[in-house]
Amino acid sequence: MLDPILQLLWIVIKILIIVLPLLGVVAYYTLAERKVIGFIQLRVGPNRVGFKGLFQPIADGLKLLTKELIFPTKSNKYLFVIAPVMAIAPSLAAWAVVPFSPHLVLSNVNAGLLYVLAMTSLGIYGVLFAGWASNSKYAIYGALRSAAQMVSYEIAMGFSLIGVLLAANSTNLSDIVMRQSGGIWHWYFIPLFPLFLVYWISAVAETNRAPFDVAEGESEIVAGFHVEYSGIMFGVFFLAEYANMLLLSILVATLFMGGWLSPFQGIPVLGALFSFVPGILWLFLKAGFFAFVYLWIRATFPRYRYDQIMRLGWKVLIPVTIVWLVVASFGVHFHIGPWFS
Amino acid sequence: MQNRAGSSPAFGTNTLGENVLEQYFPILIFLLIGAALGIAPIVLAWIVSLKRPDAQKLAPYECGFKEFEDARLPFDVRFYLVAILFILFDLETAFFIPWSVVLRKIGSPGFWGMMIFLTLLVVGFVYEWKRGALEWE
Repeated sequence: MLDPILQLLWIVIKILIIVLPLLGVVAYYTLAERKVIGFIQLRVGPNRVGFKGLFQPIADGLKLLTKELIFPTKSNKYLFVIAPVMAIAPSLAAWAVVPFSPHLVLSNVNAGLLYVLAMTSLGIYGVLFAGWASNSKYAIYGALRSAAQMVSYEIAMGFSLIGVLLAANSTNLSDIVMRQSGGIWHWYFIPLFPLFLVYWISAVAETNRAPFDVAEGESEIVAGFHVEYSGIMFGVFFLAEYANMLLLSILVATLFMGGWLSPFQGIPVLGALFSFVPGILWLFLKAGFFAFVYLWIRATFPRYRYDQIMRLGWKVLIPVTIVWLVVASFGVHFHIGPWFS
Repeated sequence: MQNRAGSSPAFGTNTLGENVLEQYFPILIFLLIGAALGIAPIVLAWIVSLKRPDAQKLAPYECGFKEFEDARLPFDVRFYLVAILFILFDLETAFFIPWSVVLRKIGSPGFWGMMIFLTLLVVGFVYEWKRGALEWE
């Protein structure tokens, strides 16, 4: 039996092993965004700081750190400071249950999927606190828009997760991945394709990313909920948003694309040929693809109007998920295919 | 249910006697570390950043004007309506989650029971739609 303090220290070390690389990836994801969108728009993107702009995120961080923190006179100071912390804590803590490979997971809880759903919904509090505490019109409009949008897409997201639960029979994320083993045709994006699309669209909307970025909407309400934030307090919001994007990318890969499983599993020659590749690499490749799609979408689609966003959420995504939920539950009840047996 | 005759399981343990809460302890620590990673840069910036406040700089931003009135004005009732609809639907999601996990065990009664519930849900949804609760313009 380990000393409780040593045990605590070991947990902290494991958490830091997850969180510190994550923050590094988040920093370089912001650079990747600028580079990718730059190349899509036939620019080169940032290329001055360091070799080909590779030190840009570090320079950005230092700049934000040394800029003045502004606390507006009319704001509620305590809520104003708590808001960015409320945004970043759940978006990092959700990583506790992400299974990186069969045995590489910090906390393999039974209700992993519910925990992730709870953590991704908690992010709204950061936005709401920020909008209310700022006591600025743009901020409060951004927060209201964001809250209504996030709760609307939350429903579609919840329903599409129920489809995954129906197929997997478990809320444990590792079990959900194991249930998809046996080959690429066992992955849940095939039987649950509409739910996969709905989940991905909701993921983009939940993180307030383009084309659903009316909460920030530079051309309408300046910067929305974080208009009054300056320096590193804006930076913390920024980190939270990008950590959330990476989280949802890895969740889509886990829930619908077989997580750490190799896409060549079950194929005679290729399966053996690629068996040396560690599972975590497959997971990162899949998640990286979805993280790229986030940027691709932003560079491609113009922003929706707010009523269009609400119509898409309530009148398209929710009916689609309800219909496919019935299809999936019939599939389970009558044991159809390899997925619902 | 071997526990029915004897005492109920101790707090934090499931019916198999496993300590479930122990698995959640790392998550609690993770939440604290997540919050610390949010607080630390703010404290650090508070120490190192320059501080030259003035009345204009600290005024609420309003496109260069002095603000006209307090920002906490009454807002559109539709936001409130969306919140109520969200609570209804989220509750239904919460009903579905345990059902979806045990569907293979509860057989036909469980399956058809939920289908009837889902029909009622759809009737309510269609009613909301027809009454225009989902319109934004």
